[in-house]
Amino acid sequence: MNVEPYIASNVVTLVLLVGVGFLVAFVRRNRLWREAARTLWSRRKVAILTVGLYLAIGVLDSFAWKGGVPEDVVDVLPNAPLTLVDRLFLGTREASYSAPLAEIEFYGGQPLRHPGTHLLGTDILGRDVLYLSLKGARVALLIGGLTSLIAIPLALLFGVGAGYFGGRFDDFVFFLISTLASMPGLLLLITLIMVMGRGTLSVCVALGVTSWVGFCRLSRAETLKLRELEYVSAARALGVSEPAIVLRHILPNLAHLIVITFVLMFSGLVLSEAVLSWLGIGVDGSWGQMIDGARDELSREPIIWWNIGAAGTALFGLILAVNTVGDAIRDVLDPRTLRDSP
Amino acid sequence: MAAYVLRRLVYGVGVVMGVLFLLFVLFFTVTEPEDIARKALGDKAPPEAIEQWKVNHGYDRPLWPWQDWDDNLLFEHYRKMLTFDFGLSDADDSPIIDRIAEGMGPSLSLTVPLLVLGLMAAIPLSLLVAFFRETYIDRMGVLVCVFAMSVSTLLYIIGAQFLIGKLLRWYPISGFDVDPMLLPRFLALPIIVGLLSGIGSDVRFYRTVFLEESSRDFVRTARSKGASEVRIMARHVLRNALIPILTHVVLAIPFLFTGSILLEAFFGIPGLGSITVDAIQSNDFSTLRTMVYIGSLLFILGQVLTDLSYGLVDPRVRFDS
Repeated sequence: MNVEPYIASNVVTLVLLVGVGFLVAFVRRNRLWREAARTLWSRRKVAILTVGLYLAIGVLDSFAWKGGVPEDVVDVLPNAPLTLVDRLFLGTREASYSAPLAEIEFYGGQPLRHPGTHLLGTDILGRDVLYLSLKGARVALLIGGLTSLIAIPLALLFGVGAGYFGGRFDDFVFFLISTLASMPGLLLLITLIMVMGRGTLSVCVALGVTSWVGFCRLSRAETLKLRELEYVSAARALGVSEPAIVLRHILPNLAHLIVITFVLMFSGLVLSEAVLSWLGIGVDGSWGQMIDGARDELSREPIIWWNIGAAGTALFGLILAVNTVGDAIRDVLDPRTLRDSP
Repeated sequence: MAAYVLRRLVYGVGVVMGVLFLLFVLFFTVTEPEDIARKALGDKAPPEAIEQWKVNHGYDRPLWPWQDWDDNLLFEHYRKMLTFDFGLSDADDSPIIDRIAEGMGPSLSLTVPLLVLGLMAAIPLSLLVAFFRETYIDRMGVLVCVFAMSVSTLLYIIGAQFLIGKLLRWYPISGFDVDPMLLPRFLALPIIVGLLSGIGSDVRFYRTVFLEESSRDFVRTARSKGASEVRIMARHVLRNALIPILTHVVLAIPFLFTGSILLEAFFGIPGLGSITVDAIQSNDFSTLRTMVYIGSLLFILGQVLTDLSYGLVDPRVRFDS
């Protein structure tokens, strides 16, 4: 079966949106979570709206369809699948650099094809920097989101399993996480990406493999604590099966930790991707790649600052918003157990 | 206590064996011995030269024990690492131990001041923020920390090199000199960047630690007997907060030796981090495994030392149970 990438992307985005819908419905039904969400909203309106804006851009950039390209546009292949963001910037490509809102080209002094329309200027290939920055939102969300979706279930599977069942399995998991934690993180990351080859998915998997250890340790410790509590013993005495105990009595009590870890992990992952981009093994189209590519342009004369400025600000804005929301989430959901480990 | 230390160390040896195995498996799924030889000799090397190189460097053996139980690379890898026989670099045949000895100085001259200055900045700042808890100063402090944490290290480096190095011309953009008179000039920029990128999370971490201690019963007792807030902070909160701070610092010590890959690469410091990056780029397996091996050994040693240091500062901790 051969599915075109853009259709797969559309389907995945749709599934994720439906998942988010179910999550929202659940939060609205459950009193505890509803209250938490309300407190969160009243405390961090701006940050939540900012994250929402990034999410909206990311979603708009995820649904692609073919056709509808005017005849005179030469930037793209005639039958390429394009998203809404792509379509907004169709045909804005210039020959080379131009400063924000400039009328002429940076080097040659030639008049631009679309003078005064590039709010953030263009890059070396003449692509609109605002367009590239908007495209980066989807990549960043993909790195943070997809990797968390890999790392957190993995950590829960091993952490809860080890904590609840103990014995040989616990020994094995503990050995595994000690081994992974003792290896220098960046080296492991580089090697894993080299093994799996470059690409979005392999970067996400590699980041997932290197970042699940912390949460695995945490969920193992929490499970060890939870399984000794009276309600778990009561459930066991009443004859509830082991999987049911884990699902109904252990996991719901880890839910707040899952939410907090997800948000805190997210920003760390996006920042790690920037470092990977510097090493030349990042994800194509990420802000990290824009920053890395613009590094040498700061030494040109006059200085080309809009490129790195736009990517840096976009990255900083997302991370700051997520960190601020994450802080508030931690305060709301869990004031005690989770300290911010560096 | 001796039994406890011994048990931890034995477990540590197990973990190191695991690390070495993982490294071997990962490395040789991407690279074949031919690739190492080709990187070392150049692309145009004749096949005979590559065969000769493999024989000389011991890569003519099969990889796995099931191919040849008596003579294989995996066992040889373990034998060499566990006897600390690091051998020669695959890239240029220089003794690895010499390169580590050379790189140790530059790495330590960057990481040690960074750790000391970082502590000297972060602990007073976080004490101050914790002292003014629940006030405007506290909220501002946390906000600034979150701001500082949200900037990518890459941006800190590029920004500092551009602003301080290029526009203001206070310090050289990158480079290194062993002359102790010139060294501070070269180290200034990486140290500034390292401090900036680390201070946000550090201050936040220490603040949480201090706040946790200030909600304890003995703090309330001290306050009710009339001790001043400054005295409470210095004598009761700071002293009890030493345990988590100590963990934090002792755990950071192994990383002093492995150096900072990012800072060393950007600022041209010929330390252990640069050696590691070079080893990755030139498929230099024997150097890479030595760096990973030493790194994980130090990490495990650091953890054992942390546990032991608990016993020193906290009389409640016992090891015999």
